[in-house]
Amino acid sequence: MSLATFKGGTHPYEGKELAEGSAIRKLDFEGNFFFPLSQGIGAPAKPVVAAGDHVKAGQIIAEAGGFVSANVLSSVSGTVKAIEPRMTANGLDSPCIVVESDGLYETAEGVGEKRDYTKLSGEEIIDIVKKAGIVGIGGAGFPTHVKLSPRFPEKVDYIIANGSECEPMLTSDYRLMLEEPEKLLGGMKVCLQIFPQAKGIIAIENNKPEAIKAVKEICAHEPNVEVVELKTKYPEGGERQLIYAVTGRTINSGVLPADAGCIVNNVATLAAIYDAVVNGIPLMEKVITISGDAVKEPCNVRVRLGASYDRILEAVGGIKEGITPAKYICGGPMMGQALFSLSIPVTKPSSALLAFLYDEVSENPTTACIRCGRCVEVCPEFLVPTLLAKAAENRDLEKFEKLEGMECVECGSCSYICPARRPLTQSFKVMRKKVAEQRRIRAAEAKQREAQAAEAKAQAENKKEEK
Amino acid sequence: MEGLRNISSSPHFRSKTDTKAIMLDVILAMLPAMAISVYRFGLRSLLIIVVTVGFAVLSEYLWNLLMKKPQTVQDLSAVVTGIILALNMPPEIPLWIPALGAVFAIIVVKQLYGGIGQNFMNPALAARCFLLISFAGLMNDFSCAKIGFDAMTGATPLAMAKSGDMFRYGLLDLFLGNIPGTIGEVSALALLVGGAYLLFTKVINWRIPVVYIGVFAVFIYIFGYHDLYQVAYQVLSGGLIFGAFFMATDYATSPITVKGQFIYAAFLGILTGLFRLFGGAPEGVSYAIILGNLVVPLIEKYTIPKAFGKGGRKAK
Repeated sequence: MSLATFKGGTHPYEGKELAEGSAIRKLDFEGNFFFPLSQGIGAPAKPVVAAGDHVKAGQIIAEAGGFVSANVLSSVSGTVKAIEPRMTANGLDSPCIVVESDGLYETAEGVGEKRDYTKLSGEEIIDIVKKAGIVGIGGAGFPTHVKLSPRFPEKVDYIIANGSECEPMLTSDYRLMLEEPEKLLGGMKVCLQIFPQAKGIIAIENNKPEAIKAVKEICAHEPNVEVVELKTKYPEGGERQLIYAVTGRTINSGVLPADAGCIVNNVATLAAIYDAVVNGIPLMEKVITISGDAVKEPCNVRVRLGASYDRILEAVGGIKEGITPAKYICGGPMMGQALFSLSIPVTKPSSALLAFLYDEVSENPTTACIRCGRCVEVCPEFLVPTLLAKAAENRDLEKFEKLEGMECVECGSCSYICPARRPLTQSFKVMRKKVAEQRRIRAAEAKQREAQAAEAKAQAENKKEEK
Repeated sequence: MEGLRNISSSPHFRSKTDTKAIMLDVILAMLPAMAISVYRFGLRSLLIIVVTVGFAVLSEYLWNLLMKKPQTVQDLSAVVTGIILALNMPPEIPLWIPALGAVFAIIVVKQLYGGIGQNFMNPALAARCFLLISFAGLMNDFSCAKIGFDAMTGATPLAMAKSGDMFRYGLLDLFLGNIPGTIGEVSALALLVGGAYLLFTKVINWRIPVVYIGVFAVFIYIFGYHDLYQVAYQVLSGGLIFGAFFMATDYATSPITVKGQFIYAAFLGILTGLFRLFGGAPEGVSYAIILGNLVVPLIEKYTIPKAFGKGGRKAK
């Protein structure tokens, strides 16, 4: 059987063997939990509680602050201690609601109420998903209710479950598919309830044969859900790459997946949708992988959102004795964020905590580009990274845009493969932000000019009338 | 500094292959050709290789030292340049000529233009052309009189082809290397083994060598010989195979775009055909590649691929 895939990409060291054998276990803590108002893409949420308030698990403590934004829920019951800036995974201070857990896990009203999703309308399901604060928990953190509300719902042909887990080291999605395939399928069926004309596709990389077997078994009697095996290659789980691999459709940065008739959700997000809609349990927990060669016992754990990484690491056995890890990463090695402190909270898009003995970045200093063209070969977006890097070095925004730098998905393949260890992806991230900023300024200026022109016209007309 | 960790922007993994590893693979790939050259032409070959490599590395080392630049000799690229230049020398060349060539390659062609990756001509080839123009007599002397290689006296197979005699050496002689020529180009077999190694280790891809040799063969078949034996004779003699696998594929001086690689290789094939069929000299590979190098920036400019999802090449 030929495997679905895309063109380009790389094969970084997978490292899945460290944690893939560890069954998901639940960890609970007392003490303080931290809920950043911004957890993923979109506007930060607005707090609806104040210091001193008593909150319950599953209670909304901050409401979506815009269309593309998601509610924040408390994962514990206890007292709101403060709303204050705290460091988050990106290394910046960001406003957080601090809740001291009372250890009782009292749940808010309505939590745990079972529902029959087949009796719900699309709007009702989307509303439940929105209230439950669900975002893409595979890593991007895009609000799921927005994804489920495309402009033309009738044009959605495929609901794609992303089970590729193409980032090295991560095994949480694998364990989820292996242990709870029924939740994944359930979430898929809930989505298909919203888009009855669509077909469900569960796509899994072929380095996870056990997961493929488990999911195939559960989907055996589902005529409308197909399991597709993907070639193991990074970044197979990138949204654009995945859509191409399973449907042959291509999209770029200016096109939404839904415009190509596709809605892609991570398998963990689908399980969360199932929990929210059918079991009445909003997004309060998630499965994360603790792994890396410096970790004593690599594992997969289900933790409450807001728990801080240092306590989780301590609870699972910590770092190997006598060792100081060179680097901690929140997320995968290809797209995750390096942490200089572990006292940051687990947020919705967090997928892992990795600790490494060696930092491959600092131990491989940058040398001159030899124009080998490897970056061109691996770029899944068909860009020419070495030329983009030149534009970035010269801070030439125009050239960067002309070379389609805004199509970069920041997957890191070019930096990974570069024999001269040039910071390609890294410089593109900076440039993409600059270009986006420039676009915003230009758009604002154009708007202002338009307004001025309209005003001048109105004035001229007024004068005419006066005459 | 207890408690402080390394911070960097993702990705946090790096592939095992760095510049040095690539250069090492290229050196390994040239070992068969070097071995054959020593077998055929004796220790004289080894001496030429040692001299060029030595002078190439020394020039780069001293340049970096004098210019107060970070040392780059450890990336082995100067060694590669030295070996390629050596393999382009006739066996009896006085040693000061390859030494001069190595200095020219590294200082003038490579470092003056900014060092590794910045040179717009293949350093070893540019040096060879420089020597060919400056010392035409010595560079074209394949008589082997002094080192007493009786079996291989006289003109190279290509020079004989030019004068109409194509049958003194059989195709097997050409393939194995029982012919006069520069010390590295004689054995097609050794070069193909090395080329296969480069393809296998993905140091190069098939596009440039295959298209180059293919277009050349078709070109001379149509415009010259109309005869497969003579086409095979042309492909196996001279520096074509060495050039196609080891010199035309030089990273710095070949296009990085896929489409560009096809165009560049086809251009080289046609140029080489033109030079060999209609030029004054019997050989044309070096000049073809040097001229090809010069149009690489232009080729690249017009072959930037369309981004994914913007109507570009369909992935499969």
